[in-house]
Amino acid sequence: MLSFISKRLLVALLVCLTVSALSFGLMFVSGDPAIAIAGSGGRAEDAEAIRVAYGFDRPLVVQYLDWIGSALTGDLGQSIYFNVPVTEIIGNRAGVTLTLGFISFLVALVIAVPLGVAAALRPNGWIDRIALVIAVSGQAIPSFWLGLMAIVVFGVWYGWVPISGADTWQGYILPVIVLSYYAIPELMRITRSGMIDVLATDYVRAAKAKGLPMHLVISRHALRNAVLPLVSLAAVQLGQLLSGSIVIESVFALNGLGRLAWESLLRSDLPVVQAIILILSLLYVVLTTLADILNAVLDPRLRGGS
Amino acid sequence: MTEMMLDIRNLKVSIPTDRGMLNAVRGVDLQIAKGETLCLVGESGCGKSLTATSIMGLLPRYAKVTSDRFEMAGQDLTTKTDAKLAKLRGRDVAMIFQDPTSALNPTLTIGRQLTEGVMRHEKLSRKEADARAIEMLDRVGIANPAARLTQYPHGFSGGQRQRIMIASALMGRPRLLIADEPTTALDVTIQAQILALLGELQADLGLSLLLITHDLGVVAAIANDVAVMYAGRIAERAPAVDLFGTPRHPYTKGLLAAIPVPGVTPRGSELPAIPGRVPGLIGTMQGCAFRDRCAIAGPECAHDPVPRISAGQGQFVECVKAAEVVA
Amino acid sequence: MSDVNIETARPSVWRKLRGNTGALIGGTLLAVIILIALLAPLLAPHDPIAQDLTRRLLPPFWHDRSVPEHLLGTDHLGRDYLSRMIYGARVSLGVGLGVILVSGTIGITLGLIAGYFGGWIDLVISFAITTRLSLPIVLVALAAVALGGASLTTLITVLGLLLWDRFAVVTRAAAQSLRHQEFIMGLRAIGASRTRILFLEILPNMRATILVVVSLEVANVILLEAALSFLGLGVRPPTPSWGLMISEGRDNILFDPWLIALPGSALCLLVLAVNLFGDGMRDITGPARK
Repeated sequence: MLSFISKRLLVALLVCLTVSALSFGLMFVSGDPAIAIAGSGGRAEDAEAIRVAYGFDRPLVVQYLDWIGSALTGDLGQSIYFNVPVTEIIGNRAGVTLTLGFISFLVALVIAVPLGVAAALRPNGWIDRIALVIAVSGQAIPSFWLGLMAIVVFGVWYGWVPISGADTWQGYILPVIVLSYYAIPELMRITRSGMIDVLATDYVRAAKAKGLPMHLVISRHALRNAVLPLVSLAAVQLGQLLSGSIVIESVFALNGLGRLAWESLLRSDLPVVQAIILILSLLYVVLTTLADILNAVLDPRLRGGS
Repeated sequence: MTEMMLDIRNLKVSIPTDRGMLNAVRGVDLQIAKGETLCLVGESGCGKSLTATSIMGLLPRYAKVTSDRFEMAGQDLTTKTDAKLAKLRGRDVAMIFQDPTSALNPTLTIGRQLTEGVMRHEKLSRKEADARAIEMLDRVGIANPAARLTQYPHGFSGGQRQRIMIASALMGRPRLLIADEPTTALDVTIQAQILALLGELQADLGLSLLLITHDLGVVAAIANDVAVMYAGRIAERAPAVDLFGTPRHPYTKGLLAAIPVPGVTPRGSELPAIPGRVPGLIGTMQGCAFRDRCAIAGPECAHDPVPRISAGQGQFVECVKAAEVVA
Repeated sequence: MSDVNIETARPSVWRKLRGNTGALIGGTLLAVIILIALLAPLLAPHDPIAQDLTRRLLPPFWHDRSVPEHLLGTDHLGRDYLSRMIYGARVSLGVGLGVILVSGTIGITLGLIAGYFGGWIDLVISFAITTRLSLPIVLVALAAVALGGASLTTLITVLGLLLWDRFAVVTRAAAQSLRHQEFIMGLRAIGASRTRILFLEILPNMRATILVVVSLEVANVILLEAALSFLGLGVRPPTPSWGLMISEGRDNILFDPWLIALPGSALCLLVLAVNLFGDGMRDITGPARK
């Protein structure tokens, strides 16, 4: 078990390093970050000044190491637009994104897993068909469009929820609904197919043959095994919810990390963008590593040895 | 008159499919006496596994099951509800399956899997159930049972898993054990051990055994009586010795003729195979299902009902030409 | 007849039919949309980017205020919505196809090599896949486009370089399972070259799987492009992308909701068609699916 964890952690570490290099490299996609920051109206002297001030004239490797070194001590650079440390700006906004992501994730799980199980118990029954409709529509409807329509219908026509902003908890209702609607299809599908597979196994037959009542067969035997493929997928979904919320945040005018990244892009405030990409990636790596470890805890076969 | 552990008459199982109603079991009679071993033999697709599953009451909801009589240990089961049948499962009748690897839950310890049935049925405490489990594991030949209770299935070999499954089935001290191809997934040497184990246990515990197999070697090793199944019906039933010595149904004769006998069958000769294929079981069938492949079939074989010629003690053969099949 | 698996023997009429009807409906819908996109210049009644500020925000034909020349009304700059909708199909499908070509080529090649050769090649490529999966795609795409320039080519290249992961994962798994099959070993034994085996023997065997992935990814790309254009960093105005049209119509949704309802529905229809077709194909070509 220990060797499994340490191997996983090593891979995670390497991925983090690579991702950091990539986020760092993003700055240079346009060729010369100094020009990007100076903007289209900037003069050559401005660009030069920026170049020196930010150290863009140093060799790439040096710049990267410097950045990484500071990042490890908690210094993610200075926002060009606000002229305050990046960590300060991000700190304010991170809460919104994290809240939105986690709550949507929980809502999605609470709906998708029971639905998947119920659908699997009676394949082609009416619950299964409803689940199918939800899955198909959830995957076809663009989330930003759903958000806008939801705002019009529930915010304006019915006035049930506030139209924008996250000042009150009611402001989270619509965004959470829209985001979780996006996450439910995959989670439900995997639960359903996992459950169907498991229900057809011999050990479930054997459990029934022992005379165990159906609810025990499902909870003690079936679910444990059906949940295994779900863990990895759930982690990925959560990661995607956290890093992909930019669209929803923009539709509902929520001040989260995604929106901050977008605004910073428009303002050419590159250090902020870099930092956000780095943080979201790290979050994803942490989540998937945790999921792998959780998998090993749940499935004795992965731990190796007897 | 020996006491019947299992008495089933005219069992029919039908399953709706895309292509129509699949009549997998088309009127099967099964009687097993106390302490007796009946082997149900047949090729894949003859309906033998479904017969076993229906005895356990484990068929899915949409399967249609009917029978004229269905008694187990004297109790009439035709009117039992699902919940009542669940009570019987694991205590009076138990089942073991073909593949021991997939029949054990990989995420639960074997101790848990062994004890959950009896803890529920007989309300045993954890300690009592564990004690019985250790005793059972020892009985089936697992070394160091107490320590291994907390281990998971993947820590055992295939033969060991099959023994564990047998132990698990016997935990509730059932009176009838149904074994669905218990040795098919095992090596030949392990097969022999498992069969010997089943024989011992049966003698010790007075078990009745219904053993389903397609392997005539297994039948020879362990059967008292044999029932040969074809296309959803029993073609012939006889004590094992009589069946091998004087088979009366053309199908049985064909099966036995295909077995090479060392020293007797000439080298390099072709093994006689029964021509044709097993008929599909969708829809209804008139007359004898075997007639298209039978060497001695005649026009009278296409008519219902196919006569059953009995010969005492449950022995019978269903064949129009039976009288003509020379002993 | 082999033993019927009784668990799946139940009315699979629905499943077979769903597989076939799905593919049929999805395929037909998809074909229609593709046709519309291809014949855009012939079908569109007006120039999609021609503005007419005297005719702003005219409603579609089901309103009384509508005008016959503009069946689906006009947007805030007086451009004919029907024409923009028709040309929007071109954008969605064009970008979708372009990206798939790039990402598919990258992903399939990487997956094939990783799955077939194994060893450290597999390690490196798997590591690349894991790293790629860790990146927040939307953000990275946004940043790359923002910094790299506004052209359609940039957009397609960026997305193509980012979205190859599913192709790689699937072909890798398929290559791994095929590599040990006997016919491959037979080919090695007679001295067939590795390249030949890879591209002429293994790849064709994955056709069905790849087709399924293509359909999933196309839907993905279409939605992603729409989202990026919605955020202002995808297709740039005045090109009519459905996502862009939703963003442009956003200010007026209270009084003129059709401005976003129409392009949004079009997106739904297209993605639905692709998904139905892909799922249907998977049902038809693959093993019994649940």
